[in-house]
Amino acid sequence: MGSRSRTVVTTVAAFVLLIVLWELAKLVLPPGGVTVGGTRVLPRTDNAAMPHVWTVLGRLTEPEVAGAATTRTVGAAVASGALFTLGLAMGGLLLGGVLGVLLALVMQRFRLVERAALPYVVASQTVPLIAIAPLVAGWGGNIAILGWSWQPWASVMVIASYLAFFPIAVGMLRGLTSPVSADVELFRAMASGWWTTLVRLRLPASVPHVVPAVRLAAAAAVVGAIVAEISTGTRGGIGRLIIEYAQSATGDPSRMYTAILGAAVLGLVAAGAVGLLDVGLRRYRGSVR
Amino acid sequence: MTAAVALAGVDKRFGDVHALDGIDLEVGPGEFVSLIGPSGCGKSTLLRVVADLEQPTGGAALVGGKSPQQARLDQDYGIAFQQAGLLEWRTVAENVELPLHVHGVGKVERRARATDLLTLVGLHEFAGSRPSELSGGMQQRVAIARALAPSPRLLLMDEPFGALDEMTRERMQAELLRIIGETGAAVLFVTHSIPEAVVLSDRVVVMSPRPGRITEIVPGCRPVDGAATDLAPADVEDVRESGAFFSAITAVREALRKGHE
Repeated sequence: MGSRSRTVVTTVAAFVLLIVLWELAKLVLPPGGVTVGGTRVLPRTDNAAMPHVWTVLGRLTEPEVAGAATTRTVGAAVASGALFTLGLAMGGLLLGGVLGVLLALVMQRFRLVERAALPYVVASQTVPLIAIAPLVAGWGGNIAILGWSWQPWASVMVIASYLAFFPIAVGMLRGLTSPVSADVELFRAMASGWWTTLVRLRLPASVPHVVPAVRLAAAAAVVGAIVAEISTGTRGGIGRLIIEYAQSATGDPSRMYTAILGAAVLGLVAAGAVGLLDVGLRRYRGSVR
Repeated sequence: MTAAVALAGVDKRFGDVHALDGIDLEVGPGEFVSLIGPSGCGKSTLLRVVADLEQPTGGAALVGGKSPQQARLDQDYGIAFQQAGLLEWRTVAENVELPLHVHGVGKVERRARATDLLTLVGLHEFAGSRPSELSGGMQQRVAIARALAPSPRLLLMDEPFGALDEMTRERMQAELLRIIGETGAAVLFVTHSIPEAVVLSDRVVVMSPRPGRITEIVPGCRPVDGAATDLAPADVEDVRESGAFFSAITAVREALRKGHE
């Protein structure tokens, strides 16, 4: 069995284990949870707090609003929300990736820029996302590019790219500077210019550093897109659905879990997309010396 | 004919460290010259000055009659380091092609040249292999083939066999002599090994500890006869057992001791 199919098997096994644990908790623990000296140490396990797995899955096929026969099903709503958010997250990943790669190239080329910019790149990630989201939406609202007025989804994409750019910039810089000095001197001795050295040495050598960075960035972009949807109030995505469904969680608990399930699947799909990138660049994977 | 390398009063300082002090040396066309000396005597620095990887702080260096920089840009020399430094994402043949690829030589011509060179170093059946599938000695042979790809008149080698075991090393020395004999390139060769310097070289340049100066130049025992092209490993073995070989080793040893006094 190849390592890839083993990964698939263990991923599925972990998912099954999670379902088993969930149902086991419902079976073994008291419905009211466990309270020690007035503090609840284990959650409530009744059907309102932890609905059965099959109830959640069943809810996917039922209409979004109970009783109304004409509306779309919960499953359709979750799927369309997840696709919308996936699009924004991948757009953000692409935008952040391009910016991150460009920044890394400039930092590699000019060490002064690296010394000047890297602390700010790191600092940028310590600003809470919740604080930036309204700012981006606010600035964006005042922008019209070539007659195209800013849309709320564009804010979401920008915020997702803001999170995705960081691991890519750092991973790319590390990859670009990974060739040992003997390799760099060999290229210099061959009278290779900066561009040729970049294409023939630095970029191939950076692949083992960049692929894990893109995987991190994809996950960050999904989280960023969901949080940005929530904090900017953007409609149409899974973030909005989570909030909407959570508000009615007391009356319809399993519906909230369908949205959370949708967000989890979304993350897996994003990670899988990066896996394809890894397969495409396999030739360069073993190049860390 | 123009000297492959001509150094006149070459001086190199790294801040307060005086690495090279007034080096005068000429390497003739097709000549094999070794640099030997204690660690830190500047022999690698001298090679790097010729390769235009370091700028001398004094004196003048000419490589094939040109400035080292021009020689580097024109790919007039090939270079090999202690580590073979093969790129793992390229096949063996693609590694040999690298200098030609960097200079935009077409694919067909590149392939043909790589095939010739791999045949020359006896590795043509490994053309499609990955470098990691090769032994250390084979990797170093690929590195030599790569250095020879642009048909340079000068080969610069910085302890290329330093990481190999003794048996492989002796085999590689015989291989190198045969390859160099066939290409007719001059060689400037940095080594720590006295027998290696003696068996390979026309002349062995003995250097003193820092600041690096040339203490003495000892004639080596490079086995060259009229037909260098069919130099057999046995010829090199004969040299290693000859009286001239041992007396040259003694001469180098004494020159090294003199440099320390």
